[in-house]
Amino acid sequence: MDFLQPVLDGFGVVLAPTNLLYCLLGVVIGMLIGVLPGLGPAATIAILLPLTYGIDPVTAIIMLAGIFYGAQYGGTITSVLLRLPGEASSVVTVFDGYQLAKQGKAGTALGIAAIGSFVGGTIGIIGLTFLAPIVAGFALDFGPPEYAALALLGILLVATISNGSKTKALIAAAFGLLLATVGRDVFTGAERFTFGNLDLADGIDFVPVAMGLFGLGEILYNLEERHRAAKAPAKVANVWPSRADLKQSSGAIGRGSVLGFFLGILPGGGATISSLAAYALEKKRSKNPERFGKGAVEGVAAPESANNAAATSSFIPLLTLGIPANATMALMFGALLIQGVTPGPQLVDQHPDLFWGVVNSMYIGNILLLIMSIPLVGIFVKILRVRAAILAPVTALITMLGAYTINNSMFDVVLVVAFGIIGYLMKKFGFEPGPLVLAFVLGSLLEANLRRSLLVLNGDLGGFFGRPISATLLVIFVFVAVWPMVQSLLAKRKASHAVVTPTSQKAKETV
Amino acid sequence: MNETAHAIPVPAEPDEDLTPEQLAAQWEAEAPPSAGPVANLAASLVATVLGITGMVLSVRLGLGTPSQPQPGLWPFIMSLVISVLGLAQLIIGRKGGEGEKFSSLSWLVLFGAGTLIGLVALMPVIGFEIPSLLLSFIWMKFLGGETWRSAVLYSVLVVAAFYGIFILGLGTTIPHLF
Repeated sequence: MDFLQPVLDGFGVVLAPTNLLYCLLGVVIGMLIGVLPGLGPAATIAILLPLTYGIDPVTAIIMLAGIFYGAQYGGTITSVLLRLPGEASSVVTVFDGYQLAKQGKAGTALGIAAIGSFVGGTIGIIGLTFLAPIVAGFALDFGPPEYAALALLGILLVATISNGSKTKALIAAAFGLLLATVGRDVFTGAERFTFGNLDLADGIDFVPVAMGLFGLGEILYNLEERHRAAKAPAKVANVWPSRADLKQSSGAIGRGSVLGFFLGILPGGGATISSLAAYALEKKRSKNPERFGKGAVEGVAAPESANNAAATSSFIPLLTLGIPANATMALMFGALLIQGVTPGPQLVDQHPDLFWGVVNSMYIGNILLLIMSIPLVGIFVKILRVRAAILAPVTALITMLGAYTINNSMFDVVLVVAFGIIGYLMKKFGFEPGPLVLAFVLGSLLEANLRRSLLVLNGDLGGFFGRPISATLLVIFVFVAVWPMVQSLLAKRKASHAVVTPTSQKAKETV
Repeated sequence: MNETAHAIPVPAEPDEDLTPEQLAAQWEAEAPPSAGPVANLAASLVATVLGITGMVLSVRLGLGTPSQPQPGLWPFIMSLVISVLGLAQLIIGRKGGEGEKFSSLSWLVLFGAGTLIGLVALMPVIGFEIPSLLLSFIWMKFLGGETWRSAVLYSVLVVAAFYGIFILGLGTTIPHLF
């Protein structure tokens, strides 16, 4: 029972009025931006980072986490009522959710989604509660070589599992690592890439980069967005799903939650992949798969449970190993660094109030989501009426003014604009900004660990393979790096074999 | 994927009866066209040039050896990776297909970026109120298509709100005129 003590203490942290308030704030903001097209949770968290300077680290992360999983649910509202996915992870919900709304069962869809999200989130938190301390305990034995190998692997996974060109994602990541070297070298004191600029001497601050790439970049990109014609939202007639619906979706909720939990832990995995996988799984398992796409409750329950479970479990690598699993976690990493907390295996021991406070806040946050989901739907739908033309300059100005407040420096605002333009261009040319931010955030820690490793190993690079854990990690690294090339080579081989197939086979193939 | 759009014709009746496959096909058809091979060439070249520049600058910082690393070693490795990957991307992506083409709407973004630069330039000189007002008005009226009246009205409200929050409420030291 002793190990439950910190968990219970964590509840004490969460139920402090300030933390509760910020949890509520985060969840509401999250739902709001999930509903509004345009800004996603990553962009919003980036823009609100200056806000976290003045508050407690625990409070800050509680709020940011609330934004993250609140947005998962907010995206569902527009998927169901408007057939417009508010978030990437709600795309799958559109298929059956909107059909349910058309059949007059919008309340059923939203209710099932809320319950599924709640259960998914809760299972995620329970898994987190038990799994995290184990992983952290295991990782306490990590030395600089292990940590360096892990960071490299994490960056590689995020770059390769992102959609779009893998090479470009890797270029972005490498560039992020390079950017992290600007400023004074900690080991030797030499100035790198500062070009005599005093502001750059202390290195490029993480927050303006994040605000620019994710916040302003997204805002600029949205200026171009072709808006689909706004439809009248479907009416929310019935309020709550029936008992039969709940029973029918219970299996889907359970399976989706577990699947989402495990997919979310993997760096590069996450809410979107989980929702897609859960939907596909349910459709495959179903005895009547043709119901999917026409209003099957499982088609809403499964992805919603999965994406909330994944959002929760993606905290595990961050809080236990100090490795962000995706771009949003990289922002959390940065937010913690701002507060002077370095995420890593020692976090659970050195800052138990932070760890358990954040984990337990997720329970509370999920309950808040569940309570608020149905009553607030009407309000959120009205908010959708606020035109993007009004919102755009508001968010842009918040970003610019907020950037100034970081250090009372105009230079940070300049950085935000610069990286905003870079972020927009990256999007247009097919480079993912996520790997860049992730690599940038990990950059100085990675280099420090690599150089420490070289000191420890006396410059012998082979020493990395002499240690079991770092050797394993590096082997996985090489495997992940090389596998796509092997795959495409094999695919090309198969294609050339198929061409050689005699034409008599072709009659069979045109089915 | 475009073949699906042809094989399953979009029905003439309200498009709410589309199956998931049709819906996905419709979204893909509505999505902006992907940037072509020229974009890939440009992007890869920029990456490669940046990588080579990084390598040159890193060598000047001193490379050292693995047992005695100098400040330039790690940046050199990263710049090398960028250069190699940039060259690889030149070849791999030569058919284009990622990213998005610039459209006539992209001028709006250029214009928007220009207003942001203007804000940064003017803010230290005359405070944030007037540049923000101008930016907000321009964005609402010209980039967003609002009417004169609503653009002016909302801009004034927005800047007033920001003044209230940032200056009066939070007491920050953002340069302000009033």
